[in-house]
Amino acid sequence: MVSTVETRQTVEKVSGDYKYGFITDIEMVKAPKGLNEDVIRFISAKKEEPEWLLDWRLKAYRHWLTMEEPEWAMLDYKKPDFQDIYYYAAPKSSDDRPKSLDEVDPELLRTYEKLGISLQEQEVLAGVAVDVVFDSVSVATTFRETLKEKGVIFCSISEAARDYPDLMRKYLGSVVPAADNFYAALNSAVFTDGTFVYIPKGVRCPMELSTYFRINEANTGQFERTLIIADDESYVSYLEGCTAPMRDENQLHAAVVELIALEEAEIKYSTVQNWYPGDKDGKGGIYNFVTKRAACRGTNSKVSWTQVETGSAITWKYPSCILQGDGSVGEFYSVAITNNFQQADTGTKMIHIGKDTSSTIISKGISAGKAQNVYRGLVKVMPNAENTRNFTQCDSLLIGDECGAHTVPYIEVKNPTAQIEHEATTSKISDEQLFYCLQRGLDVEESVSLIVNGFCKEVMQQLPMEFAVEAQKLLGISLEGSVG
Amino acid sequence: MLEIKNLHVEVGGKEILKGLNLTINAGEVHAIMGPNGAGKSTLSYAICGKEGYEITEGSITFKGKNFLELEANERAAEGVFLGFQYPVEIPGVSNMNFLKAAINSIRKYRGEEEMAAVDFLKLIRAKAAELEMDPEMLKRAVNVGFSGGEKKRNEMVQMAMLDPVFAVLDETDSGLDIDALRIVADGINRMRSPEKAILVITHYQRLLDYVIPDFVHVLSDGRIVKSGDKSLAHVLEKDGYAGLGIDESAA
Repeated sequence: MVSTVETRQTVEKVSGDYKYGFITDIEMVKAPKGLNEDVIRFISAKKEEPEWLLDWRLKAYRHWLTMEEPEWAMLDYKKPDFQDIYYYAAPKSSDDRPKSLDEVDPELLRTYEKLGISLQEQEVLAGVAVDVVFDSVSVATTFRETLKEKGVIFCSISEAARDYPDLMRKYLGSVVPAADNFYAALNSAVFTDGTFVYIPKGVRCPMELSTYFRINEANTGQFERTLIIADDESYVSYLEGCTAPMRDENQLHAAVVELIALEEAEIKYSTVQNWYPGDKDGKGGIYNFVTKRAACRGTNSKVSWTQVETGSAITWKYPSCILQGDGSVGEFYSVAITNNFQQADTGTKMIHIGKDTSSTIISKGISAGKAQNVYRGLVKVMPNAENTRNFTQCDSLLIGDECGAHTVPYIEVKNPTAQIEHEATTSKISDEQLFYCLQRGLDVEESVSLIVNGFCKEVMQQLPMEFAVEAQKLLGISLEGSVG
Repeated sequence: MLEIKNLHVEVGGKEILKGLNLTINAGEVHAIMGPNGAGKSTLSYAICGKEGYEITEGSITFKGKNFLELEANERAAEGVFLGFQYPVEIPGVSNMNFLKAAINSIRKYRGEEEMAAVDFLKLIRAKAAELEMDPEMLKRAVNVGFSGGEKKRNEMVQMAMLDPVFAVLDETDSGLDIDALRIVADGINRMRSPEKAILVITHYQRLLDYVIPDFVHVLSDGRIVKSGDKSLAHVLEKDGYAGLGIDESAA
């Protein structure tokens, strides 16, 4: 018996149950375990931050101490021990920052190559500028020169704090205040890196901007902070994609993303999230508590969130739009897949404040195994928001009979001119559908992948091309072994 | 080509086929007729390996291979096609992508290279034209919003694309107007060749005016109770199943 189990485990290891589950062996510089004001000072000093930012962090930390971890989400997990986490870890080689790829730790480059994001290749072929976050410090940034010509700022948030203090002070925490919620406050206190983007007036960003996040050191919480500002009449498309190595202990991730769209500006933010979801028995996996929010401040501004969530053991995430500017538009397109013991409580908030604002919500939840999938969405229309429109469509697909799908819509309308539509469906992959595919020669996994991709089509076609291909494959991989 | 011996099939614990024997050789077209509930669809599902159709006794051999050892998709890749009575809708998946995935899966099973995109496009356009299908339909999701006739026509396009050696057509004629029936019959007749075989399952004799079978079998209560040539269909048309002593209401 024992040998059978061992054999199976070995085979699984070799065949790579979780394709990206490897650990890079690089020396780390760490802050001591646990969280207190000294650790925050350590982080701030490491980042050579200005005094105001340290004060901002400390204020957030002191507020966080007074807060309680929220329990309203339909999630069941062991709460993290916040004193058992390292809050700062950086690859040692970043102490003397590389000037070009040639100077980057070859071990690190090999990791990226395994993930299929070789920088050299991407520089030449894809035309995508990548600001790579390896644990906490950005080690390489490409295409800066091209972007610089257009006046686009694309750098790590630490650099922004040093080099663009005015923009940072003006916008950091202006959409997600430091005291917004438990995890946002924690992030505000200890965020270690992330991305800063500024698109100047009238500029259409000439390329898709992309960051690959990666959690590496054991027990290192990742606290990214992303801030994107699209000035008047500008446009940017931003891609966020993630993979993480296999771990037994749960890893905490609490990111904050703030988007600001000014007059007539448009931001398209796409995510493919593929963090380690835990094994078949629900052991391990990433805890993902994210606060993502966009402010459509300008007239006719537009923000579009597209997310494909296949990973993480726990997902708690509600990318939202505050539609302040008259005629502003918010969109949320989401695919959330949960398999085995994964739990996802995700959705959006559309807050209509300006006149003639409109929002669209398309949510596709897929559950397999023993997983639970919740759509939780708020559409709120304020008293002065004349002639607002919202269309919401929530579709759930169940695979097998041990999983669950739940839709929790909240609608608050304080203006009688609003038009709100909500549609929801729940379906199962039927035996008939499956047999039809099998009879045409597709195997079970191909069939499920095809049916699921069809189910998610409206969301998938919102993704930029290069992302869509990757995401399609991911849907199939995430559901392997869920049928038959 | 296909040899079925003493086939017993249970569905949900109930025996539906009770010792069915049938041999079909290359080049032949067989028709199976019978009242509702005789086990006609069960036979087609058992041949194609649908889950839940448990073979409790007997054998199915296809081109010398024990079919009972193969999964449904493997049987398809061996060259068996089932034209469904009620073709299934697959939202969001275009006919084009569906067929491309199917063809390449079958090729993979046979150890062949994937079909080049250009060749695939040429082929599907040609087949759609032969079967008088609007090329726009190829871009639409599989069977979604299709009329009954369009669905059946789509089955014929799929059959032409997958190019099986053996096709089972399960009540393909049901719910069709005369024009659609002609198209379907045309699709079946196009497949006729000395290397291929066809099994037409039908409740009515109507389709057999267009697809002339070499053999006609009458299925009743899980067994083939009578076999003959095409004239048997006409006898049935004239006298009904009761003429053969089959009580249609028994099913």
